[in-house]
Amino acid sequence: MLQIKNLSVNVGDKEVLHDINLTIGGGETHVLMGPNGSGKTTLLMTIMGFSSYVITKGQILFKGEDVTAMHAHERAQRGVGMMFQRPPTISGLKLGKMLTAISKTKEENIPELAKIVHMDRFLERDINKGFSGGEIKRSEVLQLMIQNPDFVMLDEPESGVDLENISLIGRNIGGLLEKDKHIVDRKKSGLVITHTGYILDYIDADKGHVMCDGEVKCHGNPREILKEIQQRGYKECLECRSQ
Amino acid sequence: MQEPVKTPGLSSTDKERLSQAGIDLEMKNRCGSYLQMDQDMVHAACDESGIEVLPYKKAIEKYSWLQDYAWKAVSPDKDDITKYVAAQEDPRGYVIIAHKGSKNVLPIQTCLFLGRDKIQHAHNIIIAEEGAELHIISGCASGSHVGKGGAHYGISEFYIKKDAKISFTMIHYWGEDIEVQPRSASIVEENGVFLSNYVCMQPVKKIQMYPTATLTGANSLARFSSIVISLPGSHMDLGSRAILEAPGASAELITRAITKGGTIISRGHIRGNVAGTRGHLECKGLILKDGIIYAIPEIEGSVVGTELSHEAAVGKLAKDEIEYLMARGLDEDEATATIIRGFLDVKISGLPEALQRQIDASIDVAEKSGF
Repeated sequence: MLQIKNLSVNVGDKEVLHDINLTIGGGETHVLMGPNGSGKTTLLMTIMGFSSYVITKGQILFKGEDVTAMHAHERAQRGVGMMFQRPPTISGLKLGKMLTAISKTKEENIPELAKIVHMDRFLERDINKGFSGGEIKRSEVLQLMIQNPDFVMLDEPESGVDLENISLIGRNIGGLLEKDKHIVDRKKSGLVITHTGYILDYIDADKGHVMCDGEVKCHGNPREILKEIQQRGYKECLECRSQ
Repeated sequence: MQEPVKTPGLSSTDKERLSQAGIDLEMKNRCGSYLQMDQDMVHAACDESGIEVLPYKKAIEKYSWLQDYAWKAVSPDKDDITKYVAAQEDPRGYVIIAHKGSKNVLPIQTCLFLGRDKIQHAHNIIIAEEGAELHIISGCASGSHVGKGGAHYGISEFYIKKDAKISFTMIHYWGEDIEVQPRSASIVEENGVFLSNYVCMQPVKKIQMYPTATLTGANSLARFSSIVISLPGSHMDLGSRAILEAPGASAELITRAITKGGTIISRGHIRGNVAGTRGHLECKGLILKDGIIYAIPEIEGSVVGTELSHEAAVGKLAKDEIEYLMARGLDEDEATATIIRGFLDVKISGLPEALQRQIDASIDVAEKSGF
């Protein structure tokens, strides 16, 4: 599904990602962990195609196609989708109007989908204006449900969310990643940033990676990596893996 | 249903311009109509019980008491424009009277169309008597010719009596050689409501207006909403003012302004003269191309117990907002148009749905031509 080869990325004058290599197969969900400021969000924003993240070296292949030079909308139209950690507030633009714009000619029943994530009362509200942490995440999930991407990136889906909302969001993210289907029938893939690991209860992740100082330094079973980080912290985890 | 409005000699292009200014010549969704082409009154009628639409001169002849209203809200000596209109021996314009307790569901339309003449003048008086409710859409337009030039001077006086309501939605569709200088004022009595909406999305050489609402009655309300786009060569000096003179009186002045190369001066003034009054002024501007937005919000409290606030912001479209929508699959132009559409999307509380739809339709036309 996604192949990243020797990717280096600048933000402003500074190189933030260095020589990243990552492959995520069809039907696989990978988890990305790492300390604050390590470059996790930068990687997701680069894959999505945001213009402030300048690729200086390497390639991004999506479904075998080189999307390195493509704009965000071209990547989205090919099936890349992202749940933002801190999406912007757009004054005046109603959530319902945005969903209609996203759905284009698709025939989704927006009010019915909104009810599933308890956002039906928010369709006439300005996007993200005055939304709580949980409401922002539910709005993001709703947008992805309508967009229906083949590759879903989730930037800390559980941050700022209470336990009840984590369950609701987690179940629906599981739906986006086809976790309700048998493993051999799953086609959708994901890359999820998490600090707490709560989301792992819902997404049945296949592989974990740890990012530090703009590099992916270790790989393995996501729950084992998380356990190690929780017990020993990132420093020891990375020292252990780099040996 | 009323008979269609006859417009002899009007080209199909100009009929389309009237349509885009909100004028329904077929009268399918209107209960009354006044149409003035240059200085000629073409049509004046209303079939709503208790509501009259009359040419100005005829109304003055019919009701001598109208002398108590003419030039009372607007002073004839205010400026050169009012002096010019007041000096006319053959005054034009319309009078609309919603008699006590009357109400229109379908709006009345008034249209001032500038075709051949250099100057069009009109003096309008609109009265909602006690407990009446009156909804008006005013579509002002000029012919499709360009280069001839022309000016429109319109005086409008609104009187909203106790427990009455007037909504006045004005859509302008002028040309880039036309100068427009309306002068209007309203007096709102106890529990009265005055909603004034202004939309201009098309080129105009110059517009200058600064309507004033004086809220003399307890718990009266005035709400002004303006949605404008200024194109290269357009100079729009717009504003609204509310004077709060009774306890419980409140006012809200909202502007959404976009420049694509023209100049917009967005004025606003709320004065709280007595305790227990409230007012809020909001101006948001977007500069899409080179142009000027000059916001001048003024709030003036002269007594303990008046609560006034203002909010003004002028800026550009945010890149992160555009890219957020692009990440959902919209290309840059679609994302930009979606954000601008949202910016202009002012829902006016208390406005009939038909009029809100008309405002939305005007924005649709601008959106289709790429804002």
